[in-house]
Amino acid sequence: MSMTITEKILAAHAGKDRVSPGELINCRLDLVLANDVTAPVAIKEFSKLGLDRVFDPDRVALVPDHFTPNKDIKSAELALCVREFARSYGITNYFEVGKMGIEHCLLPEQGLVLPGDMIIGADSHTCTYGALGAFATGVGSTDLAAAMALGECWFKVPESMKFIYHGKMRPWVGGKDLILYTIGDIGVDGALYRAMEFTGEAIQDLSIEGRLTMCNMAIEAGAKNGILAPDEKTKAYVEKRAKRPYRFYYSDPDAAYVEVKEYDVSQIEPQVAFPHLPENSRPVSEAQGIELDQVVIGSCTNGRIEDLRVAAKILKGRKVHPRLRVIIIPGTQEVYLQALREGLLETFVEAGTVVSTPTCGPCLGGHMGILAKGEKALSTTNRNFVGRMGHPESEVYLCGPAVAAASAVTGMITHPEEVMGDAD
Amino acid sequence: MQIKGRVYKFGDDIDTDQIIPARYMNTYDPAELAAHCMEDADPSFAGRVEPGAVIVAGKNFGCGSSREHAPIAIKAAGVSCIIASTFARIFYRNAVNIGLPILECPQAVEALKEGDQVEVDLVKGVIKNLSSGEEYHAAPFPPFMQGIIEQGGLINYVRERMKERA
Repeated sequence: MSMTITEKILAAHAGKDRVSPGELINCRLDLVLANDVTAPVAIKEFSKLGLDRVFDPDRVALVPDHFTPNKDIKSAELALCVREFARSYGITNYFEVGKMGIEHCLLPEQGLVLPGDMIIGADSHTCTYGALGAFATGVGSTDLAAAMALGECWFKVPESMKFIYHGKMRPWVGGKDLILYTIGDIGVDGALYRAMEFTGEAIQDLSIEGRLTMCNMAIEAGAKNGILAPDEKTKAYVEKRAKRPYRFYYSDPDAAYVEVKEYDVSQIEPQVAFPHLPENSRPVSEAQGIELDQVVIGSCTNGRIEDLRVAAKILKGRKVHPRLRVIIIPGTQEVYLQALREGLLETFVEAGTVVSTPTCGPCLGGHMGILAKGEKALSTTNRNFVGRMGHPESEVYLCGPAVAAASAVTGMITHPEEVMGDAD
Repeated sequence: MQIKGRVYKFGDDIDTDQIIPARYMNTYDPAELAAHCMEDADPSFAGRVEPGAVIVAGKNFGCGSSREHAPIAIKAAGVSCIIASTFARIFYRNAVNIGLPILECPQAVEALKEGDQVEVDLVKGVIKNLSSGEEYHAAPFPPFMQGIIEQGGLINYVRERMKERA
């Protein structure tokens, strides 16, 4: 019987020859992760078990990234709780401020998540790692506590939904635009409980960064995981980072899908998702002229070097519109350093933006750019829910880095072509 | 287990940022979280919710973040059960893991109104509208998950698994 890439990874980690959608299985885990918000709850639950060790101190990653550098006393105490746990349990992959990055930017970069892996994280955007051909999904803190003890977790095998992206992308269109367009098509529960498998010419054309962006937002369609087939680009990305073996899995040509969606990407404009759901995506031409108070470029969705390069290309030699605050957040220390070496940070500062140390910060309304009542932000983050970036009566529009940077120059939502001309 | 309480109605796609905004997540103390429960969906909810309350909501309840703070806030606010047309998957797992009863029943969601009194039989999945006398039937949990619930949540289940290994 044929299987999808998701089913093959699940079967391999359940010790079975094959699995079918709907089946309940127990899977061995290659890595489990949590952050400064979710780890303390997991630690509290884990401590109830009275264990003196986690299943494998090399396979637990703790990344204090949400409210760090500590935004207030209570957040400092959460971070302290994680730090002390990491020390007393000998957690190898604990990342202190200074080494820390946004978890879903950091772990792929560090080679801690690899093709063929089975990963759970107490963070909904754990699905990001599917971009490397891994099965990765978000869970809550109690599931994470159980996984830290057992090194395994139960799953219901999801049905797979296939997305085929034909054709060549237009200038200024990237992974963010493809995923916003897709969520706009199927809705915020359009892939509920399912695996989203991304295929086609445009996916092959995407960089690893663009693929990570797409899989990152699978959760915004309700999916259990987002995944795509590994290839030469995957190999080039992981072979210099991996410290343990990995395996490439591929869907069989006759694997079963519950639904298949096909798109011609040459028809897709840069996208903007209107408040207050990611499914409210529209072509940027329909959002032109909406006046903004803040632009944010960063997050686990778009905080990678390629994103910053796109933004810098547009901001180079230009100035941020005087009405705006623009906050740029490199996803990791490595991204920060690379951006520094390439002169991107100089471009950003000269343009009049703020460049922050890595943090989730404003994406979830934590710190570093909270909105007042009635304010509007355009952001490369992943959620535009009510109150997501601050006051419940503020508004967040979502987009990719090109639209964000172009809009930073004009002060209103703008197609990058308007700032740059037709040249890409 | 029998549940009886007043219905509080919410719409579709109630996300975890509405259930417990991240600005309150610098703590995981259940009482503090409960004080802000559902704040960005209905700022008056935490102040007026009656013990035993039953939240009735549309599709995709609990979408968004994996924060377990969301079901913890709801449980600590005194809510006894959530009935929704569908639940987002991480919220569904979290609710089961912390012992917050949840039922998927679109028929009940359509019929029940704000302020109705309902009685819920979790084992049988029967929801009774005491205001109208109507009954609705939800799909029961799969046996595996029923096992987690019967053992009092996931941590007790893990304790048993660890004993098997020892």
